[in-house]
Amino acid sequence: MANKIRVATTSLAGCFGCHMSFLDIDERMLQLVEHVEFDRSPITDIEHCTNCDIGLIEGGVCNSENVHVLREFRKNCKILVAVGACAINGGLPAMRNFIPLEECLNEAYLDGIGVENAQIPSDPELPLLLDKVRPIHEVVKIDYFLPGCPPSADVFWKFLTDLIEGREPSLPYELVHYD
Amino acid sequence: MSKSITIDGNTVPFEEGQTIMEAATAAGVYIPHLCHHPEFTPHGSCKLCNVKVNGRICSACTFPAMEGQQVLNNTQELTDDRQLITQMLFVEGNHFCPSCEKTGNCQLQAVAYHLNMLDNHFPLFYPARKVDASHAEVMIDHNRCIFCTLCVRASQQKDGKDVFAISGRGLNKHLLVNAQSGLLKDTDIEATDQAAHICPTGAILIKHTAYQVPIGERIYDHKQIDQVSLETENSQHGK
Repeated sequence: MANKIRVATTSLAGCFGCHMSFLDIDERMLQLVEHVEFDRSPITDIEHCTNCDIGLIEGGVCNSENVHVLREFRKNCKILVAVGACAINGGLPAMRNFIPLEECLNEAYLDGIGVENAQIPSDPELPLLLDKVRPIHEVVKIDYFLPGCPPSADVFWKFLTDLIEGREPSLPYELVHYD
Repeated sequence: MSKSITIDGNTVPFEEGQTIMEAATAAGVYIPHLCHHPEFTPHGSCKLCNVKVNGRICSACTFPAMEGQQVLNNTQELTDDRQLITQMLFVEGNHFCPSCEKTGNCQLQAVAYHLNMLDNHFPLFYPARKVDASHAEVMIDHNRCIFCTLCVRASQQKDGKDVFAISGRGLNKHLLVNAQSGLLKDTDIEATDQAAHICPTGAILIKHTAYQVPIGERIYDHKQIDQVSLETENSQHGK
């Protein structure tokens, strides 16, 4: 047990689609957990990661909490991996980068169709939104990138088995997609 | 005896007046490129076709082949340079492949796949650019323009029109259309013009055709751009 590779995962400004795609490795998960144990992850509900080998980050950085989580992962993971289009270039959430943040908030919470009890959320417990959504390599050093929206289950499988078996991870042409 | 150069140590014959790109393509050697198209005057702006000629970096699409040149093309150093250039093209525009209808048919994306580009390396610019959907049949998404000038050249050299131009410098560089209003609908472009079909990215698109070919059956889904390029462009050189 102690020799298992420790993996942590999280979704920042993402849609959990990459996590769903990861679960699409289906029964290969049984092979995987012979070599791997999950630390902080939506799969385990562990809240903070400690000394992991691999951290898989889905999503870009859109608020202050994303930055804290990302830095926690960088501090605790030997290998940090950007998973999916949003982690790599901001993806769909970064579409708001072309609209001033105030306009976004006004549209969503004040002026939008069907808004009731119009007010911009300002509870101090809510993380502050960043001016722009950023890809994670602009915040911390990233060791590997798995492109795709989402990366297919085979991408996760190829990458993790390469690492587990001690090879430098590489993706063949058929597995590299940005969409 | 015919004249020849070597590319990566292999002898490649050429005819007087040919560029290194033309000689290479005729010999079945792929040199990555985006702004080059065999039917048009070379522009030499994308710099993806950088090769080393007798130790000096040159653009293969503009540099004439000359007797005895030793050309390096497929080296790690050049592949690394080309990947960095492609990453710059990605971060300077807004290239969101999942929401682009050109995905799978896009040469920018295909070159990036070919170079095994997995990340953007540089900080992203997220420049504010517009979409011009004013024309009934053709649209421009300026977010995806890489300023290759293929539409400019196609409009002038094939269509006998003058619909497009590049204006401004550096960060302010942008694609212009030839109309007082600045809108495509007020130009004489038609959906049958070559300029409307030549764009290597998803910047100029024909409306109402987006997903006629499903993702998974598109040009670069199963073939790499080197193979596609040599198959389609070899016959076009010297036209």
